[in-house]
Amino acid sequence: MAQLSCRDVSLGYEGKTVVEELNIEIQKGDYLCVVGENGAGKSTLLKALLGLIAPNSGEIVFGDGLNRNDIGYLPQQTIVQRDFPASCFEIVVSGCLNHCGLRPFYSKQDKKRAALNMERLGIESLKKRCYRELSGGQQQRVLLARALCAADKMIVLDEPVSGLDAVASEEMYSIIKKLNNEGITVIMVSHDISAATEYANKILHLEKKPLFFGSKEEYLKRDISKKFLGGAECD
Amino acid sequence: MINVIETLRIYFQYPFVKYAIIVGVLISLCSSLLGVTLVLKRFSFIGDGLSHVAFGAMAIAGVLRLANETLLVLPITVICAIILISRGKNAKIQGDAAIAMLSVGALAIGYLLLNIFSASANLSGDVCSTLFGSTSILTLSPVDVWVCIGFSVLTILVFVLFYNKIFSVTFDENFAQATGVKANIYNLLIAVIIAIIIVLAMNLVGSLLISALVIFPSLSSMRLCKSFKSVIICSAILSVICSVTGILISILGGTPVGSTIVAAEIIVFFICCLIGNVKGI
Ligand SMILES: Nc1ncnc2c1ncn2[C@@H]1O[C@H](COP(=O)(O)OP(=O)(O)OP(=O)(O)O)[C@@H](O)[C@H]1O
Ligand SMILES: [Mg+2]
Repeated sequence: MAQLSCRDVSLGYEGKTVVEELNIEIQKGDYLCVVGENGAGKSTLLKALLGLIAPNSGEIVFGDGLNRNDIGYLPQQTIVQRDFPASCFEIVVSGCLNHCGLRPFYSKQDKKRAALNMERLGIESLKKRCYRELSGGQQQRVLLARALCAADKMIVLDEPVSGLDAVASEEMYSIIKKLNNEGITVIMVSHDISAATEYANKILHLEKKPLFFGSKEEYLKRDISKKFLGGAECD
Repeated sequence: MINVIETLRIYFQYPFVKYAIIVGVLISLCSSLLGVTLVLKRFSFIGDGLSHVAFGAMAIAGVLRLANETLLVLPITVICAIILISRGKNAKIQGDAAIAMLSVGALAIGYLLLNIFSASANLSGDVCSTLFGSTSILTLSPVDVWVCIGFSVLTILVFVLFYNKIFSVTFDENFAQATGVKANIYNLLIAVIIAIIIVLAMNLVGSLLISALVIFPSLSSMRLCKSFKSVIICSAILSVICSVTGILISILGGTPVGSTIVAAEIIVFFICCLIGNVKGI
């Protein structure tokens, strides 16, 4: 059974349809990359998967032991966050909140989990540093660690490398790949098609309707990818 | 100096001075706790907007000749706060515009109502004292003080118990919601508490200056501190110091309470900026 499947899903805001006729299935351990132009509805799709907006029609079904709350989320960063006065540890541990229920404070276990995830991403030395003083790449890793605290079955990433330089992007991609190799399902929105085709095993090309959904190998054979890649990256 | 201390000692024998200090400390404490969240959520002006709503509601209560204004003022303010904070980002009118609209509208309507229906001979005096805070903090009754203590303790308790949730909702509402934290409920909670604080604080500094109580301590402490917890604690301490100093000075010097407190906040803010720059933060 698929971990997550969309059946005839259509999405939109206030009557305006942004995404339609969406049928996809995601298996455990998949690395799905969602590509498409600006305004194609990529972020909207992620929001629907996370339950931030409800589908206009169709259904999003979870299976294979996955619940909606088991999805970690790395959002597109907002301006509010860039100068937020908080220590990295405070931010990472806030990912554990969904396990707390009505308990008002974090348990020892929560704190350990946060520390472990910081170690996993190589940012344990930043624990006490102030978030707003970090570089963009470090900030992204802090947010990724938070996402891992919230859930470790599936992570959803919205343009994780936007604003990062080439080196930091490469690091970010290899961290994500490492997590994927550890068995975490990854769904990532990216403009960076070369990275998408390098790391992902499935591609969803969205342009209001899904123009393509399937394995990377097949995508590279299609004309549509050639158009998107500009013919440059194909081999 | 000895003279000043002597004068203060004499003043402290009067219950009204004690009441003023108690209420001042509690209100500044509460407003600074939530101020940090509001400033970070880009809701700095909500204090201003809601206090004008409270002013408008007071005018209505006055027209209706209600014995206990708070019974009307508090619910109206709470409702407006909820509307403003929890309308979400997709609403047709942007957050700041909505606050500005409500703020100016309520002020105008309130003044209009007072002008048409007021029985008082000294209208502009009345309006001035609701806007800028009057000596009313020096004329508190024991009941007022107990109400204030009750609400403040409640606010502080809620804040402490929900501290982690408030942090999460402030830093990243979408993430919180996506991972199954009931962000809407906590937003609602923040809205209700802030409305209560504002209605209480009108006694202290008047409706025009409430924003200062909300904004200044958190901005000052953000210059100095590097973690959320320390920002909160620091702003609470600064806020209490400023309001106590302000109240004492105004008693000694006969200056208006609200403006004196705000002046103290401004001075502290610049000191904090200076320290921040020197430390290279
Ligand atoms: N909150 C909203 N309310 C109304 N319309 C929206 C909202 N968010 C997005 N849209 C519209 O939905 C469409 C898809 O937006 P979306 O953010 O999903 O695009 P995207 O593929 O993520 O683009 P980008 O690559 O720029 O991030 C756009 O036309 C946008 O105008
Ligand atoms: Mg997007």
